[in-house]
Amino acid sequence: MSVTLTINGEKRDFDASPEMPLLWLLRDVARMTGTKFGCAAGLCGACSVLVDGTRVFGCQTPASEAVGKSITTIEGLTQQPLGKALISAWDEVDVVQCGYCQPGQIIAAASLIKDNPKPDDAAIDAGMSGNICRCGTYPRIRAAIHRAAEIHAGEKA
Amino acid sequence: MSGGATRREVLIGSGVVTGSLVIPMALGAGRSKAAGVPSVAGNAWLGVNADGHVTLAMPKTEMGQGILTTITMIAAEELAVKPDDVIVTIADGDAARFAPIDQGTGGSTSTREVWLPLRTAAAKARVALVMAGAKQWGVPLAECDAHDGAVVHTASGKVLPYAALVAAAAAAPLPTDAPLRPASSYTVIGKSHKRLDGDAKARGVAEYGIDVFVPGMKFAGLQVSPVFGGKLANVDEAAARKVAGVTGVIRGDDVVYIIGDNTWAVRQGIAAANAQWTADPKLSGTQHAQIISAVTAALDKPGFVALTSGDLDVSRKGAAHRFSASYTQPFLAHATMEPANCVAHVHDGECTIWTGTQIPSDARKAAATRLGLPIEKVTVHNRLMGGGFGRRLEADMVERCVDLAKQVPFPVKLIWTREEDTAHDWYRPAYADRIDIAVGADGKIAAWEHKIAGSSIMARLMGGAFKGIDDDAVEGAISPIYPAAARKVTFQQQESMVPTSWWRGVGPLRSAFVMESAVDELAHSLNADPIAWRLAHIDDPRAKAVLENVRDKSGWADKPAAGTGRGVAVIHLWETYMAAVAEIEVDKDHQITVKRVTVAVDCGQAINPSGVLAQIDSGVIFGSSAALYGEITIANGRVEQSNYNDYRVLRMNEAPVIHTTLIESHEKPGGMGEPPNAIIFPALANAVFAATGKRVRALPLQKGLEAA
Repeated sequence: MSVTLTINGEKRDFDASPEMPLLWLLRDVARMTGTKFGCAAGLCGACSVLVDGTRVFGCQTPASEAVGKSITTIEGLTQQPLGKALISAWDEVDVVQCGYCQPGQIIAAASLIKDNPKPDDAAIDAGMSGNICRCGTYPRIRAAIHRAAEIHAGEKA
Repeated sequence: MSGGATRREVLIGSGVVTGSLVIPMALGAGRSKAAGVPSVAGNAWLGVNADGHVTLAMPKTEMGQGILTTITMIAAEELAVKPDDVIVTIADGDAARFAPIDQGTGGSTSTREVWLPLRTAAAKARVALVMAGAKQWGVPLAECDAHDGAVVHTASGKVLPYAALVAAAAAAPLPTDAPLRPASSYTVIGKSHKRLDGDAKARGVAEYGIDVFVPGMKFAGLQVSPVFGGKLANVDEAAARKVAGVTGVIRGDDVVYIIGDNTWAVRQGIAAANAQWTADPKLSGTQHAQIISAVTAALDKPGFVALTSGDLDVSRKGAAHRFSASYTQPFLAHATMEPANCVAHVHDGECTIWTGTQIPSDARKAAATRLGLPIEKVTVHNRLMGGGFGRRLEADMVERCVDLAKQVPFPVKLIWTREEDTAHDWYRPAYADRIDIAVGADGKIAAWEHKIAGSSIMARLMGGAFKGIDDDAVEGAISPIYPAAARKVTFQQQESMVPTSWWRGVGPLRSAFVMESAVDELAHSLNADPIAWRLAHIDDPRAKAVLENVRDKSGWADKPAAGTGRGVAVIHLWETYMAAVAEIEVDKDHQITVKRVTVAVDCGQAINPSGVLAQIDSGVIFGSSAALYGEITIANGRVEQSNYNDYRVLRMNEAPVIHTTLIESHEKPGGMGEPPNAIIFPALANAVFAATGKRVRALPLQKGLEAA
């Protein structure tokens, strides 16, 4: 069985069942490990990826659902202007602790900023509450999203 | 991105110590030459390579607490280089290399253990380089110093980079004595530095244990008997093998392993295998209430005396006021973001392991024991951890993985499901405490009796050497900040079938919840302000200072809004002083929201203030999750919780605003991983009382409040 996916702008064939969730296809087959396994139940957001610009949980999305669409992982996002703004903000605010949830957090933040270029705290809470961080980096993530929105808006201006 | 960041990304990203010029030597040994490349080595894991770069193999493990950055900063300060220029590697398990420092990372010990030996070694390396410079120039040593990776002769303005001096320094004897940099000259220590591993982690290129790929590797999953003590009875092997991508089924005593080409195939294989178990009738009927009742009942036994001073009976006579209460705390899971996992390859009488562990040297020993191999035939390559919190202080993931790996010819990556990780964790013990405080006519504490009962982690680890007192469980309880004329603290071990181990905050967390709840209750019962009462009964000026700070910064004197309440706590644990005021809101459905937490910390010399503040955020939020909701329960001999749906943790929209004041100090550094997690439990319990008038003595608070 094989499935053809466009990941970070590159169209590739994978020897995998179309039923395989993107999480495992990305990690085990494509060997792109920035997308993390946390719960495999759509509860923690560590496996977040963008499909046509919107955040989905990789553990809940069969590869077949992403066929013909554009998948962006953390590895691809960080090559784009919005991803670069997010990384700059994350570095500036010194957000990361264990870091395991952070790629998923950054994917969720990208989805949020795409929809709402200047989110307030309430919008950040609503947009980010699907992602768990056990280290408690939430206050700094909040600050970093404000900063990323600022950097990104400045770049577009 | 700078060149330094790229190099670090590679090192941290791969975690492999290749081409490192750090020369293994005994602590404090002099000099070394390897393959003709001279280097200066202050000890087994610190060096200056031929390029003049400081090289550092981490003696402790990085699980998110930021120790990689902290330790690098300490070395950088003493060796006069920028932290970004230090070549840091994550070390393999190797007890001898790091002795007397234990690679085991827990109990907020890392900075405290490393602080003096690392600076001492680094200072020797620095002085060796400065001596080499002074000799080359023919000037007095006292006229030279190290600055920014070079030796300078101030008077003449001469500068020689370390690279030009390494050969000469390595050839000369290391100085036996080298002065440490005084705090007044610090340029790195005490200044916030961005985490060295932050950028690679954010980009998703840092390598955790779960990210390891080895050529020829297969994927594996496991299912362990869901009921404690159960044995594997039957497996539908044919059905499992029918799943596309499943390549193997291996039976164990209490476990079945499924091997496959990817994790998705493995997970389907586990479901198809439909494992059946034989129950142990002694355990399979066990209910939660039985376990907790046994722990509580153990308080009525005399217990082993951990501390006694004065005479309780004499001191209680004529007491003006007496307060006593019992408290219970539940089993807790760690719920690290990165589920348990391990990669192992057993072949030709040796074993190579890749995993993220808090105990690289003990995990190596555990694997060697399990496999019956000499320890030198086992290699543990450690990796970054997606959270530790004590979960990775156990070697079970390594043991399970080598049990499997020894039966297959290829390397295998074993990954727990979240559900397996939750149901087969090593849990924080459930505890019961009873405290009895008598206040004399003079208002001072006359008698303080504290009984502690619960599972003993130390008893399990010490075996026959255990004499009845668990030094971890009683920690904090035997060193209270409230003086008393007479005091007695006892411990009574009470085991159940639930396996227990270290959990962030360890024994002192239990002590802090009980003691700071009890003094709060006592103050309220005396109609005293909880902060004023504490200040009147504490002698230690550093404890008073943090308490006064949060009183002033939290708006303690302002009347709280309806439905809200503020609770305070103060601790001196892990050589750190901390006070916190938690402000909560309780709605008409009794749902608790943590609104704001004000913290003051005096942890002695803060190495990286940004890291200290991060640990406060971390402990407050991690601890709030557990204090409000955390509880592992047992029904019919099995753990009832499985994933984040039924083991609730705080999310972004539930996280409080946290204000921290870091008190400047040059005292010896204290620990920072545990204290904020320990202090938030009593601060929240006291806030619940302030908001509702209801005292919750059985955690978790949300459940306790609903039952009150």
